[in-house]
Amino acid sequence: MSNVVDYASLNVGDQIPDLVKENISRTQLALFAGASGDHNPIHLDDEEAKSGGLPGVIVHGMLTMAFLGQVLTGWVPQNQLRGWNARFVSMAFPGDTITCKGVVAETLSENGENQVKLDISAENQKGDNILVGTAVVAIS
Amino acid sequence: MADADYIGKEYPSFTVNVEKGRIKMFADSIGEENPIYFDEEMAKNSGYSGIPVPPTFAFTLTMEAGQSFNILEDMGIPKTQAMHGEQGFTYHDHIYAGDTVTGVQRITDIYEKKGGALQFIEAVIELRNQTDVHVADLRSVIVVRHNVGEKS
Repeated sequence: MSNVVDYASLNVGDQIPDLVKENISRTQLALFAGASGDHNPIHLDDEEAKSGGLPGVIVHGMLTMAFLGQVLTGWVPQNQLRGWNARFVSMAFPGDTITCKGVVAETLSENGENQVKLDISAENQKGDNILVGTAVVAIS
Repeated sequence: MADADYIGKEYPSFTVNVEKGRIKMFADSIGEENPIYFDEEMAKNSGYSGIPVPPTFAFTLTMEAGQSFNILEDMGIPKTQAMHGEQGFTYHDHIYAGDTVTGVQRITDIYEKKGGALQFIEAVIELRNQTDVHVADLRSVIVVRHNVGEKS
């Protein structure tokens, strides 16, 4: 469950707790394809992925983004998440370990509520960014 | 080819039902364990009026209605040449299990990089629930890799 985060005690540069997803499996990609509705064969079939110019199947960008969502909702309850966006900067592959991170970039007041803007990222085991973005959460 | 003439194109509105079982399946597939996505009582005790959808599930609702891929089909782009470039969510209210969500997808921009080798298609979708509450906005960028797998 999320902990209570106190706005007054937050500072720019504070890191929120990491979330690590180890050794992403092909089975997870298949399950996510079914659950998410993204059946693009580039996530399921090596031959199809290669025909599209890829080295093999790649992890769904939206699976990595779902992990990044979990790093946010692990920090504050989901009903405090106002908006977020992410750019898919490189590909993740089966077997990769993905670490999701968030850092306080700005504290602001919007529509009468205290908000925090976070820089968020998901990186692989080599430290390469897979996904980078920002998120805005409300903090009481 | 994705043609700039498609900028501003609006696709027919779609409607999807938000199913509790689908939320559970989705939450399981991403390794989510928070009981608010599985148990209505827990969700209500946590301040939600029902089982909420996880943050990225709104995208799945649009996929269920064939959005994003319908743009590729419309433009004659093979799925294997397309990748997700960016995704954004803005939340105005919650989407709950049992809701019926309606959306309209519109292409807002198309541009090229690397001399046309990469093409970017930006689309937005506004989502409303069964009581016409504006619940979320989605912004997607699809990247299309041209001339892949072709030998000269």
